[in-house]
Amino acid sequence: MAATLRIVNGKIYDPINNIDGEVQDICIEDGRIVKSLPDDATRIDAQGMVIMPGGVDIHCHIAGPKVNAARKLQPEDHRRDPHPGTPFTRSGTGGTVPSTFATGYRYATLGYTTAMEAAVTPIGARHTLEEFHDTPVIDKGFYVLLGNNIFLLNLLREGRKEEFRQAVAWWVNSTKAYTVKLVNPGGDEPWKGKKNSNVSDIDEKIDDLSPRQIIEAFITTVNDMGFPHPPHIHCNNLGHSGNYKTTLETMRTAGDQRAHLAHIQFHSYGGELGKNPDSKAAEIIEYVNTHPNITCDVGQVMFGKATIMTADAPLAYVLRGLTDNKWVNVDTECESGCGILPFNYQEHIYMHSLQWAIGLELFLMSEDPWRVVLSTDHPNGGSFMHYPKLIKLLMDRGFRKEEISRVNQKAIAKTALPDLDREYTLNEIAIITRAGPARALGLKHKGHLGPGADADITIYDEMDDKEMMFNAPRYVIKSGKAIIADHEFVGDHIGKLLHITPEYDAKIEEIVQPFFENYYSIEFDNYAVADSYLHDHEIVPTTNK
Amino acid sequence: MSENIKIVKHATCTFCGCVCDDMDLTVDLDEKRIIKAKNACVLGRAWFAEHTIGDWPIAMIDGKEVSKEEAIEEAAQTLVKAKFPIIYGLSDTTCEAQRQAVAITDIIKGTIDTTTSVCHGPSGLAFQGVGESTMSLGEVKNRADLVIYWGGNPAASHPRHFTRYTVTPKGMFIPNGKKDRTVVLVDVRKTPSVPVADIFIQLKPGKDFEVLWALRALVKGKKIDASIEEETGVSLTTLEDLVDKMKNCRYGVLFFGMGLTMTRGRHFNSGALMALTTDLNEFTHFVAKPVRGHGNVTGADNVLSWQTGYPFGVNFNRGYPRFNPGEFTTVDTLSRGDADAAMFIASDPASNFPKAAIEHMKKIPVISLDTKQTETSKLAHVAFATSTYGINTAGTVYRMDDVPITMRPAFDSPYPDDEEILTAIKKRVRELVWAKQGIKIAVGEARVA
Amino acid sequence: MAETMILVPGRSSKQGTALNKGKLKQEYLSITSTLEMNSDDMQRLGLEEGDSVRLSNEVGETVVSCKGRKPEDLPSGMLFIPYGPPSSQLMASDTAGTGMPLSKNIEVLVEKVA
Repeated sequence: MAATLRIVNGKIYDPINNIDGEVQDICIEDGRIVKSLPDDATRIDAQGMVIMPGGVDIHCHIAGPKVNAARKLQPEDHRRDPHPGTPFTRSGTGGTVPSTFATGYRYATLGYTTAMEAAVTPIGARHTLEEFHDTPVIDKGFYVLLGNNIFLLNLLREGRKEEFRQAVAWWVNSTKAYTVKLVNPGGDEPWKGKKNSNVSDIDEKIDDLSPRQIIEAFITTVNDMGFPHPPHIHCNNLGHSGNYKTTLETMRTAGDQRAHLAHIQFHSYGGELGKNPDSKAAEIIEYVNTHPNITCDVGQVMFGKATIMTADAPLAYVLRGLTDNKWVNVDTECESGCGILPFNYQEHIYMHSLQWAIGLELFLMSEDPWRVVLSTDHPNGGSFMHYPKLIKLLMDRGFRKEEISRVNQKAIAKTALPDLDREYTLNEIAIITRAGPARALGLKHKGHLGPGADADITIYDEMDDKEMMFNAPRYVIKSGKAIIADHEFVGDHIGKLLHITPEYDAKIEEIVQPFFENYYSIEFDNYAVADSYLHDHEIVPTTNK
Repeated sequence: MSENIKIVKHATCTFCGCVCDDMDLTVDLDEKRIIKAKNACVLGRAWFAEHTIGDWPIAMIDGKEVSKEEAIEEAAQTLVKAKFPIIYGLSDTTCEAQRQAVAITDIIKGTIDTTTSVCHGPSGLAFQGVGESTMSLGEVKNRADLVIYWGGNPAASHPRHFTRYTVTPKGMFIPNGKKDRTVVLVDVRKTPSVPVADIFIQLKPGKDFEVLWALRALVKGKKIDASIEEETGVSLTTLEDLVDKMKNCRYGVLFFGMGLTMTRGRHFNSGALMALTTDLNEFTHFVAKPVRGHGNVTGADNVLSWQTGYPFGVNFNRGYPRFNPGEFTTVDTLSRGDADAAMFIASDPASNFPKAAIEHMKKIPVISLDTKQTETSKLAHVAFATSTYGINTAGTVYRMDDVPITMRPAFDSPYPDDEEILTAIKKRVRELVWAKQGIKIAVGEARVA
Repeated sequence: MAETMILVPGRSSKQGTALNKGKLKQEYLSITSTLEMNSDDMQRLGLEEGDSVRLSNEVGETVVSCKGRKPEDLPSGMLFIPYGPPSSQLMASDTAGTGMPLSKNIEVLVEKVA
């Protein structure tokens, strides 16, 4: 494929630039979209096809220590789903936790060109970067887990706010992360240190510090430092009946500052603790609709096999109690926990059908698709390979009605889903899978097709069956290079790392180092990730206040 | 000793799975050797002192010195000609090199396996069956008030395990170090590790599974007959006492070694221990960790898992990875005579494998990459002498608890590193395979891994 | 006089250091050919410190030299040797579908070499 390319006759869906189905040319030069090209540039004729920017997955688990443990755990998951190599592409295996090459190629086959790994421990960042290097095609970044970081929480306990800010910036820099991730903030210490206990209320004090205080500190600090994406938050009490209250309180803690709530479906349950939940999707979406500072990804559950992999170790243990299946727990010193287990969402089970329905409720009641974007929390809610089916559920109410009739009806009765008639348009799908996540991430060159954008482009045959359409784009172009043409792999590409480098005062290291020497098991000098792991990378600017 | 001295701080020793990264090396750059390794244990000191620049050829074919390029060509031809080529070893080299080895296997549609299969492979199988509650070593330092070693002898194999990570150090919630911990050691004989333990439990050989299963039963409140003592050598009282300690500790750890994996039952033994650990989490916080042998065997597990989905014993004959221990693992592919060519990287199976495997090795063309001469390099058709990781070569290694560390080499070597040789073999192998299949692709554009 | 005993190959500190010096060197060969035996068992078999013993089973055989250990450290009927080429001669190749050959608790016939 030449360095210049003109795509003609295709119907463009580019919500950021207000293009809703118009036929326009797209010109590409040296990996970027440009205003115009000479007439003799190589062409692709996209007659009868739909063109969107490459997909952007704002929350998935695809690379790093936790993911690799889950891969290693489930040979049976891979055995049924081989991924043969081609002269251009490495082979691999699939299932809900595909090997790294298969991950990149399979995202490409869905027309996705950017994905963000949602949770990495600082000490494991090097591992994630190594796996990224073997995850082809897609550009990627990751969120670094800091919400249970003992050193940082101690600074908060002591009221040392300025040092907290410097240390957060240092940590994000040292790990090459994209933003800060909080998972069940405050819950790690009760799990490891207090015989497998947990935190159950946002205002519960663990050694004099509550989850709310942790959340508030990170939101304020990160917003002050102008990160392109705000703190990415997995609220306390995930999965528990009645947890919608915790979710509302978490969002209220943000005030009018930016915050992103991860897989918000898992946090939208009403009912009493210990009993079956019901849906509070309406209450949650009402808050999101009326608070433009909040973005979220849905975390839709899709029936079939999934893998739970989460830094919320106590949650994983509870789920293990339900399934009695194999279970992995990994404690990471001073930083985080982790729980992994195989899981299956089944249509006849009340809870699973409720979760499925709540996710759809959130999508269908959302008034601002820019801020309620598509995810399945891959692979916790299901594999990213389910995205085309999810898109069909949102666009085709007839299909949705059929699917609703097949699941647990007691659960459906607890939701408003049967009455929600809305059908997503192609424009709205482009928003929730491309434009919205790109904007929420602060990625100015992604999620759109205007001049200056990265030439990450997906070209679909327009079809009535939306699942089939989104399952098999005809062309996928990454950084101006054709990766898939006429449904075949025609090239390979090593996507780049997206990360930020917020400013910090190097003096903070003098405070972090002694803590290291006392309580970590590796040398302080060996902790930060060397630049040699960066390979192709792009630093996304922060806007310090 | 010359005057051209360099100090390398925070270097990493990769002799054993402890992967201590607090080595302060004094390096004589003229004589190209490490004269002092501060903080190293006796094994580490030997590792650093004895890896000097050798005087043997970089490349040999059938014992005769050749150029590096000739050897790479012959290695590539050998691998491509074979119907069932196998690649094995990899535990004493960098992740960067390991990745090239997997790439080669993918291209030639061969079989790749690591020393895991004869070390903690059974623990990996148990992991796939029952999962595992585990931790990074700093958690033991900070929290563990009960530390149990089962079927291992760290004093001989991992001397700093006790002193750097698990027993001696003071930790966040263990302010008095060893005084705040109870150490238990379970083995068939009194090893040099026993003096570290507060409690030594001696059991009969081959009875680990029975004892572990009895412990599981006791943890779950079931009755065990006193005849367990006759069966296993361990009295019921001892078991009950141990269970009491395990249930009532604040943070318990079970480390285990070859005593479980290399004996009858193999993965059942490891699995019983890992299941016991899971059971204990109903009462308190409990974790387990297999004590990995070589410096980067954990890296090999990780690289294979992320690139293929499987940790060892991976076959690509059908154009995608398949996993089957016993079928694709190296003791088997050699002993059964399946392999018709082999590449051994950073390992010495001709010394340590069963007799039948060694006999077959002598009948097939072998390519070896190693830092010193060994039984394996002696019988190799193509032998490469490569530089030593962590001493001459930079790169990434994974400690036994999956913590990735970047090494700081001490001095240069005239020998190429494993990654360089393997990358060159990969390139040539790809050319040969594409030529065979009539594929014409401009390799420059397609940056295939 | 020959007896059946259980052989446990394993690591030793000296084996680890010798390994680094070179596996083809005499020191390594000598360490991996030194067998530890219960001193009461040695006496019963008429063995003195440093005597040669043959270990054999259906896989193969090897001749090593013996060293006594106190009975409270090494139970009767148990043998320890730092693993290496000699102990590999006695290892069967059947991995029972796991990839792992049985490398410890190997049954061997022990007899003094005249």
